[in-house]
Amino acid sequence: MARHHVNCTINGDHVDYLCDTSQSLLDVLRDELELTGTKEGCATGDCGACSVIVDGVLVCSCLAMGAEMNGKSIETVEGMASGNELHPLQRHFIDKIALQCGICTPGLLMASRKLLERNPDPSEEEIRFWLAGNLCRCTGYNNIVDAVKAAAAEMRGA
Amino acid sequence: MTDLRYEAPATADAAIALLAKATGTTRILAGGTDVLVQLHADMIEPELVVDIKRIPGLNGISREAGGWRFGATATGIELMDHEGFSKAWPGIIDGVKLIGSMQVKGRATVAGNLCNASPAADSVPPLMSSGVIATVVGPNGKRDIPVSDVCTGPGKTSLAKGEIVTSFFVPDAPPHSGSAYLRFTPRTEMDIAVVGVSVNITLDASGTCTAATMALGAVAEKPILVPDAAKALVGTKVDEAALDKLAAVASAACRPIDDKRGTKIFRIKVAGVLAKRTAAIALQRAKGGAK
Repeated sequence: MARHHVNCTINGDHVDYLCDTSQSLLDVLRDELELTGTKEGCATGDCGACSVIVDGVLVCSCLAMGAEMNGKSIETVEGMASGNELHPLQRHFIDKIALQCGICTPGLLMASRKLLERNPDPSEEEIRFWLAGNLCRCTGYNNIVDAVKAAAAEMRGA
Repeated sequence: MTDLRYEAPATADAAIALLAKATGTTRILAGGTDVLVQLHADMIEPELVVDIKRIPGLNGISREAGGWRFGATATGIELMDHEGFSKAWPGIIDGVKLIGSMQVKGRATVAGNLCNASPAADSVPPLMSSGVIATVVGPNGKRDIPVSDVCTGPGKTSLAKGEIVTSFFVPDAPPHSGSAYLRFTPRTEMDIAVVGVSVNITLDASGTCTAATMALGAVAEKPILVPDAAKALVGTKVDEAALDKLAAVASAACRPIDDKRGTKIFRIKVAGVLAKRTAAIALQRAKGGAK
């Protein structure tokens, strides 16, 4: 099988990797680069656990091929904190107990971060519609919505 | 998929040559939201995947004489975020907005939605009722065909071997026109249409309907145009009686199957209900109302 040599940027660092055609971006992140923060849930684009940001766009990494990523800028949950300082979304997810098992959390954090970039003051309805592609089987979502609201307020300086 | 080849050609001609030369199954990769799922589930075992996102000229949304043109690799989010296009074509945007999650819309394209050829594809009925033209290039050159001529059945299109949809032309609607798309699903998001209805209405200055088109999704082997929609609405003020006629016309056009998402009888009934609701929104938009 053909191996592809890919040059890209991940969380600001230049990275090059070799991958098979059959490997998704998710497979590359987890299995080749050991960036295991990004999770595999359904592997069919339904659950959002594998959400990452590619060239500024929120996508499911299970639905992108590793071979496609030449020249792309990829952001994963590993790049969210600054050193030891958690991102406000990460802190509020902890404070509001917006997780239990944690599988959905990296994807929800990435999706929420993208939402707040586009809309710093989303309504509850806007949060719930934006996060419709991220499934959580533990929390019932209310704590997640609360955490996103609280982080949004903090980030707005409200 | 042991011998799967990935190619990302820099020109449409190179892509066509690769596809035309292949002997086995091929897939064009744009957003990949259908192709990757099919690969993962071993539903397909292609020998070649041709990524068309590196081809300049297949992306973007722009004005040209008499209408809008958007490329085969324009994603759902690009269309939704485009102020001019989304204001001009709310019906198409209604359909695009319903395709999967934000993550899926960040990658998925309208061209892929069309060429995947699902009878329930949400963006296809609005393209059909809006008279959108697909530009197709292939080994024998370029042709422009109505979107309604592309899908021929579940997973099947009229495209020949080596042909690629490169862009769509959306002809400008006359003044006082409005469009809308609604679907029925058990869930509000992340679901597949049980019935989808798209309606486009044009009024004259006095508010009388001068043109109307309707397309239905998920009620036949492919999305279908309903020519009788014009008979129901043209010449009326799109009042309750006209909407009742439209509902009857919509239900009469359905030839659905029973499946886990809905029965025949339910789909036929819901097509009529949705036709009325969709037309009411299109009418408001034609009159210049926000919704």
